[in-house]
Amino acid sequence: MTTEFPETARPRLLKGVRSRFDQARDTWLLLAPERTLELDAVAAAILAEVDGERSFSEIVDILAAKYNAPKERISADVRTFLSSLVERRMLEVDVP
Amino acid sequence: MTQVSTTQAGPRIKVPMAMLAELTHRCPLACPYCSNPVDMVGRSGELSTQEWTNVFRQAADLGVLHLHLSGGEPAARPDLEELVAASTEAELYSNLITSGVGLTAARLEKLAANGLDHLQLSLQGIDHETADLYGGYRGGFDKKIAVAGWTVALGLPLTINAVMHRHNLPTLDRMIDLAVELGARRLEVATVQFHGWAEKNKAALMPTREQVQKAGETVHAARLRLKGVLVIDYVPADYYATYPKACMGGWASTSLNVAPDGQVLPCHAAPTIPWLTFDNVRERPLKEIWTHSEAFNSFRGDEWMQEPCRSCARKAVDFGGCRCQAMALAGDAAATDPACSKSPLHADLLAAAEVASGTRDADLIYRRMATPKQLARTQNA
Ligand code: SF4
Ligand code: SF4
Repeated sequence: MTTEFPETARPRLLKGVRSRFDQARDTWLLLAPERTLELDAVAAAILAEVDGERSFSEIVDILAAKYNAPKERISADVRTFLSSLVERRMLEVDVP
Repeated sequence: MTQVSTTQAGPRIKVPMAMLAELTHRCPLACPYCSNPVDMVGRSGELSTQEWTNVFRQAADLGVLHLHLSGGEPAARPDLEELVAASTEAELYSNLITSGVGLTAARLEKLAANGLDHLQLSLQGIDHETADLYGGYRGGFDKKIAVAGWTVALGLPLTINAVMHRHNLPTLDRMIDLAVELGARRLEVATVQFHGWAEKNKAALMPTREQVQKAGETVHAARLRLKGVLVIDYVPADYYATYPKACMGGWASTSLNVAPDGQVLPCHAAPTIPWLTFDNVRERPLKEIWTHSEAFNSFRGDEWMQEPCRSCARKAVDFGGCRCQAMALAGDAAATDPACSKSPLHADLLAAAEVASGTRDADLIYRRMATPKQLARTQNA
């Protein structure tokens, strides 16, 4: 199942889900109820733009500009990663 | 992105992910399958606020990420709010494991304000009648429903923890629906483990083979149906399985427990292994205990294993199963967990489980703190 992300949908991490840098393991982590996900560079970059305010398309634009990459690819990455978080009940999208 | 296992800190010793802080053994409930030891620590032996605060800091320095505040009933500690603040201060992810009894809307608000990350609420049954019967506490069910409501209203993630056994397994479907109705994000369906008080109640609680099979199917179907609504973690009954569970993700490899009096245990049942000795945070730094404590090093790695585990390809997957179960059932903590089909004891275990599951009218023995009189009796025995 991939979640539908209309371009205007605003993703936000649910309360109780937060990322932090972990010194002991030298990596970014996403902490959630009974879960610890290690964030690779792509995942960390995406989450850095998820603030509950920005829309899906804004996030894609920002990342495309920042990493100088084609929007289609970024859009696919963001969609895949964020829907995996929706499935895990870590993220929700507000559709205006 | 991957689910984190653990990072190597040395050849054998890993950085622990989680610490279970058993703040107290006191609990208003009396679940007949409680994992607390049969000899419990009384209030006067408990670590103080200051001591726990210090332990949390040491845990964070050691690399612990998740702090499970448990018991007994952690809300029985009047300083729970302070302890959650201390956890936040140490940058730990705090998880309150509670029966709900002892919490009020005001206390919960304060806990949330102090940075509580997650609340895990036990449900002993799907209605007053069953929940209060298996919790041994009248009015418990209403209280739990209220706590679930306050938790969700505060936006905190809610997990429902349902311990399932022969009597309530037929209601599993309803339990799953109830978790959704209560607004839980996660449901833990844990088939009763026969440690602690549950050992005394094997005949009353042992599920049947059919029940266990049906439960697996129910969970599987619910996971598909509720994707994106409810995450379901399932602990199946291991007696009827082919291989044992990877108990604790491997002994002394991912987590540690601190008992109410400061003893540091590789798992809550570890004291049932009579020859193990445990260190106490009152006497030794946590890091030293994690690294050097005899109890932790006794079953690290796989050199301690016997056959059939030693030459088995699955030893890196399930670590030979549960040490405490091997102790209880094989009389040797280093033996293959008799839950494994390769154990020479497995056939007997299975037969005994089937007999137990067919027992009618076995009385439930409820968990209780020993009275001084009873204690004297056990000590003299
Ligand atoms: S299992 Fe029941 S009796 Fe034991 S601590 Fe939890 S709520 Fe209390
Ligand atoms: S023999 Fe030991 S290692 Fe192999 S599956 Fe059984 S318990 Fe696991």
